[in-house]
Amino acid sequence: MSAAAPAAASSSAARPARRRRRGLPRAVYGVAGLVGFLVVVQLVPTLGIVSERYLPPTTKILDALGQEVASSAFWTAVADTMQAWAIGLAIAFSAGLVLGVIIGSVPFLRAATSSTIEFLRPIPSVALIPLAVLVFGTGLQSTLLLVVYASFWQVLVQVLHGVLDVDPVASETAHSFRFGRWARVRHVVWPTALPYVMTGLRLAAAVALILAVTAELVIGAPGLGHEIALAQQGGATADLYALVVATGLIGVAINVVVRAVERRALHWHPSVRAEAVT
Amino acid sequence: MRRGALTLVRVLALPALLVGLWALATADSHSYYISTPKQVVSAFADTWIGPRLVDDVLPSLGRLAVGYLVAALLGIALGVVIGRHARVRATLEPVLEFFRATPPPVLVPLLILLSGVGNTMKVLVIVSGCVWPVLLNTVEGVRGIDQELIDTCRSYRIDGVARLRHLTLRAASPQIVTGLRQALSIGIILMVISEMFASSSGLGFTIVQFQRTFAIPEMWSGIVLLGLLGFGLAMAFRAWEHHVLSWYFGVRGERAGA
Amino acid sequence: MLDVRGLKKTYQTDARAVEAVGDITFSIADGELVCVVGPSGCGKTTLLRCIGGLLEPTAGEVRLRDRPVTEPPEGMAMVFQDYGRSLFPWMTVHGNVELPLRQKGIERARRGELVGEALHAVDMAYAGDAHPWELSGGMQQRVAIARAIAYEPEVLLMDEPFAAVDAQTRADLEDLIRDIWRRYDITVLFVTHDIDEAVYLGERVLVLSSSPTVVQEDVGVDLPDERDQLTTRSDQGFAELRKHVYAQIQRAKRTRGSEEQAPSHQPA
Repeated sequence: MSAAAPAAASSSAARPARRRRRGLPRAVYGVAGLVGFLVVVQLVPTLGIVSERYLPPTTKILDALGQEVASSAFWTAVADTMQAWAIGLAIAFSAGLVLGVIIGSVPFLRAATSSTIEFLRPIPSVALIPLAVLVFGTGLQSTLLLVVYASFWQVLVQVLHGVLDVDPVASETAHSFRFGRWARVRHVVWPTALPYVMTGLRLAAAVALILAVTAELVIGAPGLGHEIALAQQGGATADLYALVVATGLIGVAINVVVRAVERRALHWHPSVRAEAVT
Repeated sequence: MRRGALTLVRVLALPALLVGLWALATADSHSYYISTPKQVVSAFADTWIGPRLVDDVLPSLGRLAVGYLVAALLGIALGVVIGRHARVRATLEPVLEFFRATPPPVLVPLLILLSGVGNTMKVLVIVSGCVWPVLLNTVEGVRGIDQELIDTCRSYRIDGVARLRHLTLRAASPQIVTGLRQALSIGIILMVISEMFASSSGLGFTIVQFQRTFAIPEMWSGIVLLGLLGFGLAMAFRAWEHHVLSWYFGVRGERAGA
Repeated sequence: MLDVRGLKKTYQTDARAVEAVGDITFSIADGELVCVVGPSGCGKTTLLRCIGGLLEPTAGEVRLRDRPVTEPPEGMAMVFQDYGRSLFPWMTVHGNVELPLRQKGIERARRGELVGEALHAVDMAYAGDAHPWELSGGMQQRVAIARAIAYEPEVLLMDEPFAAVDAQTRADLEDLIRDIWRRYDITVLFVTHDIDEAVYLGERVLVLSSSPTVVQEDVGVDLPDERDQLTTRSDQGFAELRKHVYAQIQRAKRTRGSEEQAPSHQPA
């Protein structure tokens, strides 16, 4: 049977261990993917697969983007969009947080409002567009109406889940140590709810951007969405693509910032937590 | 019996109160912008129960259905492929992140450019917006499949289509369903936007028409209809979700109780 | 039946190479019940996964009926330690046990028979329509065992299957394994960290050294074939064997594996 000398290597010898991290780091693949995508967008119209009228090559888009970035009209539009986004998000977040904590903490309110919340929540905010136009015209307030309405629900639902997730044992422990109501909220409710609040912020930030741009697109409120509509109507294709890319980049930037805020706020929290099913 | 009655009261109390306040507020001051409940109800009946249902509402819903289903199939199929292969995921990640961060309505003018203003454009708009939540959630779901289950399948030589059917899709289904739910709300929004922006028929267009022609009660009735639509679809989805994921809710219930 | 020759498995982490399994060689004859014990971290699970075809060894080979094992072979079934995660929660007990059979291409009527027999053998015939998460830990493990039996394997690999159940249940499950082993005449390779269990169950006990792991000793268990929890465990022979294996493991923990190599199959 077994002998002291090690057996000679056989056919399945000397293959790398399965768990070894082979090859290049992730970032290289990501960059390769990005570059590959840009190359495809360059080649497809250049080779005539799709007409340049419909899809300008990467170089033209980047060129148009460069021109946009150099123009003050572009930055005014960005400022308009960001203004609507920021104000709307701030209002929605504060209202959602406050109402969420209040409703979540009082069982009677929870029970009484649940049906109303469940009904109002799924209403598409775009349904309010005609109303917004009627009442506020094409200004900032129209955009704010839509942004606030849509973002508010994102925050509210998450905060409710967070408040409800409080461990009753922890709550009772605090009670037995004679924590007042406020102290309980600070030391038990808030840390439990914080991850959900952050999730709510993240979702609301994304939704706020969508609605801000939508309002500008459809209503004509000032901002990037409006610029995009103008570019499309005027047939400035490369500009259109450039503006879409710019909007996407802003979206990515918002994502990055919010995730950074989330990480900072939750650096003490085990990162394993499920996003509340909305 | 008493419990049923109490539940009914709880569900209807606040809404009834709000509707009552609405009626009171609009009763005397003839507000231009806000119609009375009675006006809205009668406008609703007049406007939507009739030919408009067939001419505008049903086609809108049809486009939503088609766009949503295409997006679902595409998102799940691609999501499974991307989720299973780490290198593919790493390569596509920046591009996907960019597309996911781009607000879907922004693609509407783009799609008008590419496909005109007909049904194709509207369906494409819905697909372009709905595919992302489904795709990204499917990737997450496939990534998160328990290694032990994968080993069990390998150990019993279950692979290929059988593995896809019995393991991959089932294990990832809670996450996939989350994606489908998010996609549904986006789909409704895009359906309306694509019709408000550049169209001459459909639900969105009709409502905007009312606003442009200052037919206020009709406009409100349209808003109510959209609300009912959103609510109805959300409820239907939830019912379907409970059926498909009954095992998942069971597991979670066990864990919570344990 | 099952030959392991010079099996070696090295993991490459960023910093260094970890030799989980150094050089393992042993054979199992048809119908034997062999237990594997060793100090914790000695790569027992890695060894089993290599044998089961789930991991590729760095060197050496595994042969089942003289055919090399490069991927999970037909005729081998594995029972994992974490039963909760190896049963599919979206299927019923019946569905779980039946799934590998469907894969094997067995037709419906025969499948029903096999599933029924297997569930009966593990005393879970009543639970066919339940879902795994509705059952207790011990019951879930029985279902996992039933799944393995229904597959009609030649070799059954078990990776510390009873580590996560309570002592009472463990005793029942140990007897169940011996019962099934005798009844179905399967070859069983049973990995455990529990010395008592290894001696109680096995015909032979392979004691592994610490890293780099080799077979430190191959202990024959000369206890009677009819074993039961009460009498066997208080048997003099059992105590001696147990002591011997324990001493071996203590020795394994103190010395490095490459200094120890198993002489051939010998009684205690």
